[in-house]
Amino acid sequence: MKDVKISIKNLNLYYGTKQALKNISLNIPSKQVTAFIGPSGCGKSTFLRTLNRMNDLIDSVNITGEVLIDGIDIYDKSLDVVNLRKRVGMVFQKSNLFPKSVFENLVFGLRLNGIRDKNILLETAETTCKQAAIWDEVKDRLNEPALSLSGGQQQRLCIARALAVKPEILLMDEPASALDPISTAKIEELIHDLKTKYTIVIVTHNMQQAARVSDLTAFFYIGELIEYDKTTKIFTNPSFKQTEDYVTGRFG
Amino acid sequence: MELNGKDSIVFETLPSDSSFGKKTTRFSRYKESLIKLFFTLNGLTALIFIILIFIFLFKEGIKAFSHIGLLDFIYTDRLDINNVVQRVYEWYPTSELARYSLVPLLGGTLLTAIPATIISTIFGVAAGIYLSEIAHPRFREFLKPAIELFAAIPTVVIGFIMLAIGATFFQELLHPSNRLNAFVASMGLSIVIIPIIASLTEDALRSIPVDLRMASYGMGATKWQTISKVILPAAFSGVSASIILGFGRAVGETMIVLMASGNASNMTLDIFKSVRTMTATIAAEMGEVSQGSDHYYALFFIGIVLFIITFVLNLFAEIIIFKMRKKNTF
Ligand SMILES: Nc1ncnc2c1ncn2[C@@H]1O[C@H](COP(=O)(O)OP(=O)(O)OP(=O)(O)O)[C@@H](O)[C@H]1O
Ligand SMILES: [Mg+2]
Repeated sequence: MKDVKISIKNLNLYYGTKQALKNISLNIPSKQVTAFIGPSGCGKSTFLRTLNRMNDLIDSVNITGEVLIDGIDIYDKSLDVVNLRKRVGMVFQKSNLFPKSVFENLVFGLRLNGIRDKNILLETAETTCKQAAIWDEVKDRLNEPALSLSGGQQQRLCIARALAVKPEILLMDEPASALDPISTAKIEELIHDLKTKYTIVIVTHNMQQAARVSDLTAFFYIGELIEYDKTTKIFTNPSFKQTEDYVTGRFG
Repeated sequence: MELNGKDSIVFETLPSDSSFGKKTTRFSRYKESLIKLFFTLNGLTALIFIILIFIFLFKEGIKAFSHIGLLDFIYTDRLDINNVVQRVYEWYPTSELARYSLVPLLGGTLLTAIPATIISTIFGVAAGIYLSEIAHPRFREFLKPAIELFAAIPTVVIGFIMLAIGATFFQELLHPSNRLNAFVASMGLSIVIIPIIASLTEDALRSIPVDLRMASYGMGATKWQTISKVILPAAFSGVSASIILGFGRAVGETMIVLMASGNASNMTLDIFKSVRTMTATIAAEMGEVSQGSDHYYALFFIGIVLFIITFVLNLFAEIIIFKMRKKNTF
């Protein structure tokens, strides 16, 4: 196995008194694609959010356990959360563009870092849009409101926006759920390309997609990690009956 | 039914008891239209009242012009002791040579309302941001009603407090030329307007979906960057509307300015001098004036001016909100 990028140890998460993640331990390798699969409500999004501390924003959340990135405990009190989130980018399950122009959405992260040079902003916007397979559709609409784009376009713009700050780790929560097969293929191609530089964690309900893009797959069921292994093994020869039933579509 | 000329797929026609074919009953249609009528009438009543108020005000107001010329509402030309023509801007409705200039009254209104709105915007918006973004939810639940309570204090009480205590405090602190002045009045107004702006700002900020905050924090924005670059701009229309409404309230407020401003009509830009506002003038003089006199119509005309100002302000607020909604970008 390659270097470990993220190491999760005995992680428990509670929404109020309700436990959403139960004693989860796993290692996510560097520069690989790791897929999280499992039935709706099993805690995939919740787990993804623990990796860049987005759950901090939800008041009722309580977390125990450890999450180490490059060996550093990200729940350490003295850790700079803002810097963490710059390094660990996230594409959310629901597209959440700002009610600003397409361009302002794309360069939001760069502006946060104080970059004002118009050329750099434009270049970055173009490169990331091309990566996210949306450049042709937005290149003449950069000054239009982002919310006037179609659902699938918005989703790809969210991906482009996240890429613009060049995070080391990219967390993607169902990035292709509103996309047509052509855009989906492009996003999968993008994930494949990004793998050479970034560590990618992707949540998906699409079994074929998980099989196509990921190196490792983790199967979750009601807050528990049931099985975590090489993707080929999970899809061809899983060790647990629950996993097999799920990936073959017998329950879910 | 065939799908296309050569296709052989055939659909069966729906069985006759299918619920698609269900007809609405006459009663349910009758009920629908009654409900609709009820709400339409309610909506129209408000409109009709506004129109009636308009008609009444303007009918009476027009009469004012047959008593007093339009220019007389602005200035009066009179001879001084050296027989030189002097142009004066004065409100002296009871003098033998009555003068009806609205300019000092409008000046008084603005000299109290504008500072009050500026002060209230600074503190009100800040308080709104604190309530919505910074305060702990449990503390907010306690703090918001407490702040709103200020807006519910009878204005005569605020006026009295400013007159008795506030004025003395500011007199010792700032040594104003008049003990009761525009500044004291605008401080009193702020007590009412800060809670209005704070509460409406908080509503506007909290209506911004949590997804947007998530997006901002997820990009590595700090709390302050999220507030200033995402939440405030997204809530811009709501916040501006709250400020305009606050200003409208300041212009229309009567009791506080009547008690705390000194109530002497001065043509001045000095915030530490006594002034008299349009509202206070109506309130103080309407009771003693004989109906149908020039003075009566002059007061009526002030009412119309006030009405137009608040109407325009509200229209302005609506336009801002409408434009923002349409553009959906900033
Ligand atoms: N903010 C929240 N407050 C309370 N409970 C929550 C919150 N968010 C999620 N939950 C609960 O935690 C559990 C896991 O939710 P989560 O969103 O992580 O599921 P998921 O696996 O991402 O589902 P899906 O595939 O439908 O997106 C669910 O039971 C959900 O109801
Ligand atoms: Mg989810």
